[in-house]
Amino acid sequence: MSRLIRMDRTGHTTIAEWTAGDPESTNAAVTAFHEQLEQGCFAVVSEGPGRARQVSELPVQEPVVILRRPIAGG
Amino acid sequence: MGADASAAVPAGLPELAAVHWRRRVDRTALARSGRLWTLCTAAHTAPLITTAGVLAALNPVTIPVGLILLGHAWAIPELYAARGAKVIRRRDVPDMEAEAVALGFLGDLVDHRARDLLCRSGMVLEQASLGVWLLACDGALLVPAGGRRVHCYCVGVSDRGLPPSDRTAHLLLALREDEAGLATVANLAFAGAPWRLRRRLRGPARAALDEAVGLARRLTAHGQPSP
Repeated sequence: MSRLIRMDRTGHTTIAEWTAGDPESTNAAVTAFHEQLEQGCFAVVSEGPGRARQVSELPVQEPVVILRRPIAGG
Repeated sequence: MGADASAAVPAGLPELAAVHWRRRVDRTALARSGRLWTLCTAAHTAPLITTAGVLAALNPVTIPVGLILLGHAWAIPELYAARGAKVIRRRDVPDMEAEAVALGFLGDLVDHRARDLLCRSGMVLEQASLGVWLLACDGALLVPAGGRRVHCYCVGVSDRGLPPSDRTAHLLLALREDEAGLATVANLAFAGAPWRLRRRLRGPARAALDEAVGLARRLTAHGQPSP
């Protein structure tokens, strides 16, 4: 079971869960994914120590996809 | 539905678009900004020290004035260092429950060593190409290889309602996506000797800086551990 997680004021929220072979849950996750991107989030996949990759489409094979907010210099 | 092969976006933080006029930070730019900072500090303090010396040489009666000038010369770098220390100051936790969730999530993103430091200091230590990073909720420290200088960056998520650990996780993911991009987006608050910053930090943050500097001293110029 893969998860789409958004870092937010609650700590984090699971936006969607899907199984790669299940079209229904995957389609729902893809829809939720794009809704979050439209709201200004960026999607990131952690690739182990020291590496992460930003994605613009839901990588359905990944176990966890994280949504983060934009950062800026303070 | 997106295939994995097409899912990756072009390298570089998307936030770079907001600071398109800045040159992307690399090792050379980092060293240059460090030297510029030192030069700037010297330009601020040297005239004061020189004037104090000249006044004392011309007429000893002016020594009190010279002491005031020397006080200013001492205070200027201290104020810069204090500004640098502020970027990793711990914030109040508005929601302990959310912070506990966020801390657990952040802990899952780091290895055992970094997790241990995170518990002690609330900061994440991450070794990368430009040097050793210490990430806090509203800023980051970068100690380049050699450990002779520390760069303090003010950078974070604009949503102040996020738990501190979530804010730190945002910086960690951005760092892992594009280290140079993060350094470019961030605003430099201070660059100077670690000892100058160290005096302005409290216990756990001071220990974290010591650990980062120790690790940076063992790195080669290319960011790899020395043999």
